[in-house]
Amino acid sequence: MEVKQNAGSKKAVATSDTASLDFQQLEGGTLRLVVKGSLDAESAGRLWTTTLAKVGKSRAEVVEVDAEGLESCDAAGIALLLELKTRQETQGKAFRLHGLRGDLAELMDLFDPGPPSKPAKSRGLVGSTIERVGEATVGLAHDFQDYVSFTGEVFAKLLGLLLHPGRLRWGDTFLVAEKAGADGVGIVSLLGFLIGVILAFQSAIAMGKFGADIYVADLVTIVLFRELGPLITAFILASRSSSAFAAELGTMKLNEEIDALTTMGIDPVQFLVFPRLIAGTAVLPLLTVFNILLGLIGCGLVMVAIGFTPKIVFDEIYEAANLTDFFTGLVKTLVFGALVAGIGCLRGLRTGTGASAVGDSTTRAVVSSIIAIVVADGVFAVVYYLLDI
Amino acid sequence: MTTEAHASPIIRVENLTVAYDDFVVLRDVSFEIKRGEVFVILGGSGCGKSTLLKHMIGLYQPVQGRVLIDGMDIVRAEGEDLRAILRKIGVMYQHGALFGSMNLLENIQLVLTEFTDLPADTMKQIARMKLKVVGLQGTEYKMPSELSGGMKKRAAIARAMAIDPMILFLDEPSAGLDPITSAQLDDLVLKLARILKITFVIVTHELHSIYAVADRVIMLDKESKGIIATGKPEELRDRCDHPLVTQFFKREGGGR
Repeated sequence: MEVKQNAGSKKAVATSDTASLDFQQLEGGTLRLVVKGSLDAESAGRLWTTTLAKVGKSRAEVVEVDAEGLESCDAAGIALLLELKTRQETQGKAFRLHGLRGDLAELMDLFDPGPPSKPAKSRGLVGSTIERVGEATVGLAHDFQDYVSFTGEVFAKLLGLLLHPGRLRWGDTFLVAEKAGADGVGIVSLLGFLIGVILAFQSAIAMGKFGADIYVADLVTIVLFRELGPLITAFILASRSSSAFAAELGTMKLNEEIDALTTMGIDPVQFLVFPRLIAGTAVLPLLTVFNILLGLIGCGLVMVAIGFTPKIVFDEIYEAANLTDFFTGLVKTLVFGALVAGIGCLRGLRTGTGASAVGDSTTRAVVSSIIAIVVADGVFAVVYYLLDI
Repeated sequence: MTTEAHASPIIRVENLTVAYDDFVVLRDVSFEIKRGEVFVILGGSGCGKSTLLKHMIGLYQPVQGRVLIDGMDIVRAEGEDLRAILRKIGVMYQHGALFGSMNLLENIQLVLTEFTDLPADTMKQIARMKLKVVGLQGTEYKMPSELSGGMKKRAAIARAMAIDPMILFLDEPSAGLDPITSAQLDDLVLKLARILKITFVIVTHELHSIYAVADRVIMLDKESKGIIATGKPEELRDRCDHPLVTQFFKREGGGR
């Protein structure tokens, strides 16, 4: 772009060879702009800042554009003319356009969007922070209300299902159980084994200093039975299946399939939630057994590696393991399974609209499931303590 | 309907064969679209209308044949050549395909940012102008989820027009709209074709829209996997004796 300064009050701005703008300061506070050539995206883009700055600086009461020499103009060129017009008019000043060719005038009419609308007013840092905190609090309260009402709805309908078990879609239930359970055995077993190895190895280092490394087997067994086995397996179910339930039901919601079920007189909770809830609750204890078993094998291998015979290790684990620990762990998994499946389904059913809605639901399902598992585990710890188990 | 269509072809489809794996949808299809024409591709469900459109805009690769947009083959174009072709076309998808996380202004500015170096203010002004053209002035800061079906389609047209394309492809513009909104959309097409000299390629099976806007139509058929009729809609209605064409045009009595 080349900017020329002419004598007197006359200035010219030219861009390549495509368009030029002459500025003429006339009497009576009128600024005259003579535009020539082809005002296209390139030239209008280059002229934009300079032109608007010059017009603004001039504080002209009247801006007069002479478009006699304007040969052609695209949307960007029209945008420049309209911007000049809008700026003048919003300041209560005059804008005049002369000599614009008929077809370009028609374009200008077609494109003129009028005064710009304003985005929602910002409340400032303090205001918007308070607003966000308020929104988040109300959101949390709504979520809590949602969980309570959903739990109530599920339990009420579950009673009906117990009276009429034939209403459950058994085929779907087994299919979900296969996906959430059988298909997850590999990852659950692998993680169980690795946790067993790591726990045993880390404990052996510390306990070896006191010559108590034989009790590593007791420690790992009790920890896996009571806490880590159920927790880790529930976390895996949350990440694999709660997210899958939320995504599946969320997509159905977006595709209006859930609305279709409702209008067909089919209860979505009965049709979609129960198979997942029952399958999730049923498979978690089984997966936990795999997790614990492989954890004990991992622990045993470490013990053998540090010098104990397999028989000593087996006897120690056998002594440490008792049915109370085992079942206290498994009772937890029934609750964890129901929480994970229920939260996944609820988040799916509450999916909003838009491309990111399913992703949001999935994320919330996993996060909520993990929080619910840990909270429930804390409640179990207190209850078991009070019951002296 | 536009008053005149320039003679030179802006799109030339040559011997196009398209297939999904082994299933051939269209075989050896050829036709031309003239500059400034409102061209309608019609046919029954599953005959390959949208598939043809998606090949014409370079989304899918055909088994054979080529699609020339203003003389450049979109099928084989890559890099800067492909960008040059994409600069000339705008597409409105059946459900709008507006980006849900952006307001309308941002949806339109996104295209401008990709293809131009204009200052932010200019892009904003252009986006507002495009929204005005489609009758959505004052909705710049609305999110797509706040719009009705008809408004979404208008906004999608505004976005498709962002960089002043020579050709606009509209996939089922009237689908899911009430007759009044559908007619408004037809008026918009006519206005844009007349004033901005945009060439339109429209996939539809709405007879009212076809009569209202089309300069010329081609009709595709699932069985013969190709074009069974070409011409002005009134010609096809009154003079074509192909049974499928007759059935299609007579189902509503036809005519304006």
